[in-house]
Amino acid sequence: MIENRPFLNLAAHLVLILGVCVVALPVWVAFVASTHGPTAFMSGTIPMWPGPDLVENYSRMLGRGVSTSGTPPVGTMMMNSLIMALLIAVGKIVISVLSAFAVVYFRFPFRGLAFWCIFVTLMLPVEVRIVPTFQVVADLGMLNSYAGLSIPLIASATATFLFRQVFLTIPDELTEAARIDGAGPMKFFRDILLPLSRTNIAALFVILFIYGWNQYLWPLLITTSADYYTIVAGIKRMADAVDGIPQWHLVMATAMMAMIPPVAVVIGMQRLFVKGLVETEK
Amino acid sequence: MKRTIFRNQLLPWLLLAPQLIITFIFFLWPAAQALRQSFLRQDAFGIRTTFVGLDNFRRLWNSPEYLNSLQVTAVFAISVTVLSMGVALLLAIAVDRMIRSTRVYTTLLVWPYAVAPAVAGILWWFIFNPTIGIMPYLLGQLGYNWNHISNKGDAMTLVVIASAWKQISYNFLFFLAGLQAIPASLREAAAIDGAGPVRRFFDITFPLLSPTTFFLLVVNIVYAMFDTFAVIDATTQGGPAQATNIMVYKVYFDGFVGQNLGSSAAQSVILMGLVAMLTVIQFRYVEKKVAY
Repeated sequence: MIENRPFLNLAAHLVLILGVCVVALPVWVAFVASTHGPTAFMSGTIPMWPGPDLVENYSRMLGRGVSTSGTPPVGTMMMNSLIMALLIAVGKIVISVLSAFAVVYFRFPFRGLAFWCIFVTLMLPVEVRIVPTFQVVADLGMLNSYAGLSIPLIASATATFLFRQVFLTIPDELTEAARIDGAGPMKFFRDILLPLSRTNIAALFVILFIYGWNQYLWPLLITTSADYYTIVAGIKRMADAVDGIPQWHLVMATAMMAMIPPVAVVIGMQRLFVKGLVETEK
Repeated sequence: MKRTIFRNQLLPWLLLAPQLIITFIFFLWPAAQALRQSFLRQDAFGIRTTFVGLDNFRRLWNSPEYLNSLQVTAVFAISVTVLSMGVALLLAIAVDRMIRSTRVYTTLLVWPYAVAPAVAGILWWFIFNPTIGIMPYLLGQLGYNWNHISNKGDAMTLVVIASAWKQISYNFLFFLAGLQAIPASLREAAAIDGAGPVRRFFDITFPLLSPTTFFLLVVNIVYAMFDTFAVIDATTQGGPAQATNIMVYKVYFDGFVGQNLGSSAAQSVILMGLVAMLTVIQFRYVEKKVAY
C-alpha cells in the first residue's frame, strides 16, 4: 500500500466481504437445504437457516442412498470418484515425468515428431472428440471399468510440459557430475531428477486430483452399471430421477458431500495448489 | 537445450512408450476418426455409409440450428468471460491493498475452483428454481417473474452465472499474482508525483497487467466453450428452444442422442480447429513473454 487512505481500505474490505458472501451464497443455500426434512420445501420458498435433519439426511445418503433414483449409496460413489481421481493424478504424473525426461535428456531419431504427437493433445479436449473416443473405449471392452474411467483422461500434455520446463532449469553441471560419478540415466532420474521435482509433483497432484474428481461427461457416458458411478455424475442422475417428487434435501446433501473432498484439498494445500496452478498454465 | 545428454537409443522410446501409446489410442485415433466421419453419412439404419465430401459442413452452414448455436456460444462465452474476469479483477485489487488479511481473504475466495462445474450448475439451478428457489422469490418481490424453464433470457442468465461463479476464483488467483508482481516502487513514484489511486490504476497497474489479462481472456474463452458442458447438461440441457445449446453441447447431443454421426463429427472438426487456433495464440503469447 502506498499511502494511507482509510476510506479506500474500508471500501476494499467491504468489496471483499461482499465478494466472499456472493461466492459462498449457493453453498450456504445448499447446506441449509441439506439439513431439512422433505416437508420443508412444500410450503413455498426454501428456509434460510439450518434445520434439524443434518445427521439423518447425510447418514441416509452415505449408507443407503435413494432407492428410487437407481443410484448406489453416496459412499460407493465417493469411493469410485476417489479411485478415479487417484488413478488419473498418479497415472498422468508417471507418464508425463517419464516422457519429459526422455525428451529433455536424450537425442534420438524422430524426437521432434514424438514431441509434436504429445503437443497436439493440448488441442483436443475430450468433449470435442467424444463420439469416436467413446467408440474406441467400447471396442476395447473398457466400459464400466476403472481403466475406462481413467486411462483416456490420462494422456494430455500439460503435465509433460510442466516437467519439461522444470527439467530445463536444472543445471547441466548436476548431470555432468552424476555422469562422472558413473550414474546411468535411470539412476540419475531416480536419485537427482525426482527429488528435485518433488514440490512440482505434489502441486500437480493437487490440481490433477481435483480435475479427476470433477469429471462429469466421461463417467456419465461410459458407466452404465451403478457399481462404477462417480459422485459428480451421480448427482445429475439423482436430480433427474427425483424430478417427479423433488427430494431437494437429499440432492443437496449429496452435492455437499461431492464438494467436500476437492475443496478440502484446495484449502489444505493452498500454497502448493496456487504454485502448481500458476506454473502449469504458464 | 541441454548440453549434457545420455546416449542410449532404446531407453528414450521405452520412457515415451506409455504416453505415446495412450495418446495414439485415445487421442490421435479418435481425432482421425472424427475427421473421417465428417466426410461420411450413414443412412437411418446405420447399414450403409456413403462418402459425401464436404456436404456435412455445407449442411451445417445452411442449418439455422447450427448458426443459432454459434451465436449462443458467442454470447455465452463473452458474458462468462466479462463477468468472471471483471469480478475477479475487482476482488484481486481489493486483496492487493491488504497487508495483513491477504491470506484469509484469498482462502475464502479460492475454494470454488474445486467445485465441479456440474455441482455449480446444480447449486444455482436450485437457487433459481422457479417454485421454491430464493432468487425467483426475491425477483418476484421486485415484480420480475423468473422462469428459466420457459424464458430464453432467464435460461442464458442462469448458465452464465453458474459458469462465471466457478471461474472467478481462477481469474482472481492469476490477477492477484499479476498485481503482486508489479514493483511497488513504480506506484510509489507515481504517488509522489501526485497521481491518485484511480489514475495509478489506469496509467500503471492496468497496462502492466495486460499480459495476465490477455492470457486469462484466452483461457476463459476456452473454459466457456468446453468446460461448461457439465453446467449446461446439469441445468438447461440446451433449452428452452435451443437458447443455451452451445456448440460443444450440440456435438454431444447430435452424436449421442440424435445419432447423427456425420453432422456431429463435422461439428467436432470445426471445434478442433477453434481450439487449435486458441492454443496457438496462447503459446505464441507465452513464448513472447518468456523471450522478454
